[in-house]
Amino acid sequence: MDPLTWTGSLSFLNPIFVFAWIALGIAIVVQIFTTFMATDANLQGEVSVRAQGPVDYATLGVKVIFGFIVLLFLTYVIGGILMPSLAAKGIIGTISTRLLPVWIALVVTFAVSIAYKRKLGLYGKMFDSIVGMIGYAIVMFWVFAAIFGAMDFIVTHDPLAQVSGMKNKVPGTALPDPDGDFGFYLLGGDNLARDVFSRVIKGAWEVVKIAPFATLFAFMVGITLGLPAAYYGGKLDTILSFVANLVLAFPVILLFYLLVTPEIVATGIPVYMAGVLFIFPLIFVTILINSRFFVQPKKRNIYLGISLVIGLWMYLGIAWNADPFGIIDFPPNLLVVFVSVVFVNSPTVFRIVRGIALDIKTRDYVAAGQTRGEGAWYIMLWEILPNARGPLIVDFCLRIGYTTILLGTLGFFGLGLSPESPDWGSTINDGRKLLSVFPHPALAPAISLMSLVLGLNLLADGLREESLRD
Amino acid sequence: MASFILRRIGVMILTALCLTFIVFYLTNLYPNLEKLAKTQGNQRMSDEAVTSFLNKNGYLQPLPVKYVQWLGLLPGHVHEDDETGDVTAKCARKGEDPSEAATYCGLLQGEWGFSTVFKDDVGTIVSKRLWLTGKLMLWVMILMIPSALIIGILSGMREGSRLDRSLSTFSIASSATPEYVSGVIFITLLASSAGWKIFKGTATSAADNATFENFFLPVLTISLYGVGYIARMTRASMAEVMTAQYIRTARLKGVSFQKIVLRHALRNALIAPFTVIMLQFPFLLNGVVITETLFNYKGFGWTLVQAAGNNDIELLLACSVAAVIVVLVTQLISDIGYVFLNPRIRIA
Repeated sequence: MDPLTWTGSLSFLNPIFVFAWIALGIAIVVQIFTTFMATDANLQGEVSVRAQGPVDYATLGVKVIFGFIVLLFLTYVIGGILMPSLAAKGIIGTISTRLLPVWIALVVTFAVSIAYKRKLGLYGKMFDSIVGMIGYAIVMFWVFAAIFGAMDFIVTHDPLAQVSGMKNKVPGTALPDPDGDFGFYLLGGDNLARDVFSRVIKGAWEVVKIAPFATLFAFMVGITLGLPAAYYGGKLDTILSFVANLVLAFPVILLFYLLVTPEIVATGIPVYMAGVLFIFPLIFVTILINSRFFVQPKKRNIYLGISLVIGLWMYLGIAWNADPFGIIDFPPNLLVVFVSVVFVNSPTVFRIVRGIALDIKTRDYVAAGQTRGEGAWYIMLWEILPNARGPLIVDFCLRIGYTTILLGTLGFFGLGLSPESPDWGSTINDGRKLLSVFPHPALAPAISLMSLVLGLNLLADGLREESLRD
Repeated sequence: MASFILRRIGVMILTALCLTFIVFYLTNLYPNLEKLAKTQGNQRMSDEAVTSFLNKNGYLQPLPVKYVQWLGLLPGHVHEDDETGDVTAKCARKGEDPSEAATYCGLLQGEWGFSTVFKDDVGTIVSKRLWLTGKLMLWVMILMIPSALIIGILSGMREGSRLDRSLSTFSIASSATPEYVSGVIFITLLASSAGWKIFKGTATSAADNATFENFFLPVLTISLYGVGYIARMTRASMAEVMTAQYIRTARLKGVSFQKIVLRHALRNALIAPFTVIMLQFPFLLNGVVITETLFNYKGFGWTLVQAAGNNDIELLLACSVAAVIVVLVTQLISDIGYVFLNPRIRIA
């Protein structure tokens, strides 16, 4: 079979697409220069009565061209799905067809969220900001791609299967002998003749299953230690801050190299670290429930009992690999990656929480709570923490992105996950040796990782803007 | 001020001691020592051979003793073989008679030990590699700081304008691109047969003879990740200053916009970025390690990776001491600089 072209039957659009991008670039430059020229008009506060100047035309131009590019892009994606044959679809069209479940899930998510956005609090408000929406769309694209990919919907080949004759082949190459499999390597083959497209999708799952949870754990550790450090101050604060600064002064890569090696895993140190770090979420939930229902012992005992049973079960299973029912299974090399990422992130969260709590501690409503005789932990968790949520949510999004970068770094140095693992960092590392000859095996995961982190950063930016508005 | 600096230096030394002890502990765990013995001897060493190798070289002493020896406060390890009566001393240099070797050989005596990977004195290796990385960092700073400050100031001076939006998008995108991604993209676009081959994909030759062709891509790769963060901080600080009362007063007096930005706002807006730039060093160190590995530039970061990958204990310790000192000194400078730049802050 012939190799696929990038755009198939829609290739007549390509020159227009290139031209539109050039036009956009020119328009943005013109726009920036015109804003420079029109400095003083804005300063005098005459914005409302100003006549249409060159700035407005430039702005309009950028908007129109950008809309046109989005439209063209949608044509490629939707047109690709509608085309009859693989050759007519091209690589982009075929990929877009494979991603059909993701598109549907995205459209449904956005439709539901926008329909009910006034009832959804900060989440709904995010849909007022275009930047936030773009970020959210990119993030959810990868989340859905990862989930459907893990369920074997999107991937075209086994990410570990090697097909002879497909080593380092360019995107769109047809398999010499498909034999019932999908007939093409959509994004080419890597240096072990594996399908790059399938590996990128499977790699997304590696990130999506670790990064959010590692960040969440880091937040629980940081909050459980940061609140009392700020609230009580004194010796406790001095000691905890010293320890946090100690970890922060450690170059991250050195720490990874020392912690994430098979030799260290053999000594069991990661398990002990997990034993210490993972107890914090348990403590956090326990204190949270205990302080809330302290005056209703009956309710408290029920809630506390349920959460302790589930929490301890998960704690035993994840940290000590000693799940009495044998349901939770946490591979040791995944655990060491998880632990080191949590360990690196929590001191920063600690510092952020401590900083915000120090500020909020001086507010009147905290003093009012103290006068009412509320317990110290009730004040920390139910008075201070909810009022610190804005910056914390924003930092949470940014931190997932940072964790993604850290995971990539680990993979890039071949630490932790198995060498066969399709995660993005390892794939970039595999591909970099032949980068100047065959760039595509490294380029696809690199762009994926960048787009996910960019999406998270844009989402954080949108959330920050919206949370500052009220 | 003097007592503040003294106290900070005290904390710094304590931190450095704690951190090196942690590194010491982790590198001296038995599985790591076993790996070291096997890379030094051969892969199929028996357990007894491993033990005798480790014993001979003093690795089996208690951890605190080894640590204090490394610091140079206890005499170096001397081993006398029970059967042959051969004496080996840790402090003996190559070819030197063990009986004439110095008693102490630790940091305090200026002895950093012997690298098992590079077969050379650790002190000379680290100083040579640090100099190479220093050269890289110098160019990174020259490229990164001015561009970050200019981007931050331009976008912060009129918050919410079109220019601000475009530049902010750029800085968000740049801080979303870690070095191993931007490096890969740059090499593909600018140094491969698929793209436009104007630069070199490796910087190995830049160690002796740095040219624009072989050195620009690594510098650009490290700078790009840092630019976004510093630019965003500068923007926030500039935007805050631009809403201050004295800026409004200056405007009402009829001072031109250019003058307001350059004379009134800029100096106050640069306080926060200064601390940020200083605190950015630990992250830059990360970037250096990644970039040097990617471009095969044999500097400090590359050495760190080699040392860590082969459990070269003394080289790794020296690297971590160097890294920790860089981090702590920049923290100190940022604190002191903050006080000097901002007269409103007084430290008791």
